[in-house]
Amino acid sequence: MREQILSIVEKNSRIEVKELAIRLGADELLVANELKAMEDEGIICGYHTMIDWEKTSIEKVSAIIEVRITPQRGQGFDNLAERIYKYPEVNSVYLISGGYDLLVSLEGKSLKEISSFVSHKLSTLDGVLSTATHFILKKYKDHGTILNKSNEDTREIVTP
Amino acid sequence: MRNPLGSKIVSIKPSGIRKFFDIAAEMDDVISLGVGEPDFDTPWHIRDEGIYSLEKGKTFYTSNSGLTELRTEINNYLKRTQGISYDVKNEIVITVGGSEAIDIALRAMCDPGDEVIIPQPSYVSYEPCAILADAKPVILELKAENEFRLTAEELRSAITDKTKILILPFPNNPTGAIMERKDLEEIASIIIENDLFVISDEIYSELTYKDKHVSIASLPGMQERTILINGFSKAYAMTGWRLGYACGPEVIIKQMLKIHQFAIMCAPTTSQYAAVEAIKNGDDDVAMMRDSYNQRRRFLMEAFKEMGLECFEPFGAFYVFPCIKEFGMSSDEFAMRLLQEEKVAVVPGTAFGDSGEGFLRISYAYSIEKLKIAMEKISHFIEGLRNEKK
Repeated sequence: MREQILSIVEKNSRIEVKELAIRLGADELLVANELKAMEDEGIICGYHTMIDWEKTSIEKVSAIIEVRITPQRGQGFDNLAERIYKYPEVNSVYLISGGYDLLVSLEGKSLKEISSFVSHKLSTLDGVLSTATHFILKKYKDHGTILNKSNEDTREIVTP
Repeated sequence: MRNPLGSKIVSIKPSGIRKFFDIAAEMDDVISLGVGEPDFDTPWHIRDEGIYSLEKGKTFYTSNSGLTELRTEINNYLKRTQGISYDVKNEIVITVGGSEAIDIALRAMCDPGDEVIIPQPSYVSYEPCAILADAKPVILELKAENEFRLTAEELRSAITDKTKILILPFPNNPTGAIMERKDLEEIASIIIENDLFVISDEIYSELTYKDKHVSIASLPGMQERTILINGFSKAYAMTGWRLGYACGPEVIIKQMLKIHQFAIMCAPTTSQYAAVEAIKNGDDDVAMMRDSYNQRRRFLMEAFKEMGLECFEPFGAFYVFPCIKEFGMSSDEFAMRLLQEEKVAVVPGTAFGDSGEGFLRISYAYSIEKLKIAMEKISHFIEGLRNEKK
């Protein structure tokens, strides 16, 4: 039940509880309770909107930064990760396996703003060994959604 | 100039769907619920295998009966889903869609005068194919009160001493009806008793929303008298690849293969390679699509309930078959007015046989968003009709 609810709200957080219940063939109250419970348990942490900023006149630049850090005694990577994710311009911080430790993504108004964040804030943190910044040139697919996909139905209108 | 045509084909009516298509295709902004194929693209890993086979230069004919690997996988699939198995070499033929399999099965099995029982409403090709095979189609009208299942009494009353074949089209297009194990058991004994053969068109077998589909071939004594037809179109959203198959006793398949060999040579090679991938690694895709159809099915049932439109709950395929008898007009008239007044295209039940009169086929191979808009329009339309009557 939870898995089914999540798979739908993950794609459409605006769905009404009534419709959700109909589609799952479940009781409306039960679905509402499950949603509430998952919010309380922090399984559902937010309801966001996917925006293709490219199509607006608002200038935005995003980047992905690979960060190598020195883990701290007793804290591992957590302490430094926290120092990084507290910056509001940072979108996501992942600890990952492989050649570096943290994968940080962030959004800024301009190239300059992001460079300044990296050189003034990120690189100067104690424990940060190195950074490699990749600016995003184009988004093709994000959160499982293909951007710029035509929704045209190319099927014949009526078929047996 | 003399008449260039043969009288057999001239006597066959063109599909009733054509007229609708022509009108709808001329209009702008039509919301169609008239399509008999999935709205999903073929899953990428399946398309990828097709592309890969082309890159590798697999561009030649396969054997007449199809790739051994594909026939082996089909056999494995039937083992795991139905608990039946076939001789891969002699009892399975890969066809150009399920449609070809229907055609060649009838042509291989019929002599002039043999009667073929065709339950209707059902897919449009059984009757013409039976006529082209020189058989006599005997239409058996399924009833809404039985949820359009075929009952033992109905079957018994349609059988004569000329009856040779029963077409079994379940899960059903256009009604969405299914035949469960108990329903099949009841007719199986009659089939055996009367020494009939069955052409079981199971193209929608993966799309059931109650229990798993049961093939009549899996019942005791039935495999030896059943041609099981299935394909990749509906389960894996592969309609355009044109790939199906027929499984049955060697003595019948051998003759079917002769027609296939002379008329077709072999099913498209690229499609066959893609199909191997589909049947081996496509279970998750099928489950995802089935789940999505099921949600839409429930959504439509609720929408009909709210607008007070009578509809039995279908448990198969991706169609609902609501009853419009309360409005006192024919299915054709209703569908035409719905198209002209609300720009919603549905298919009149009569396109699938006279017994579809009073019903509409509504396909839910569309996104929920599209279905929502269409349901609002249909609701608006029938409210208007009800007010007219007052």
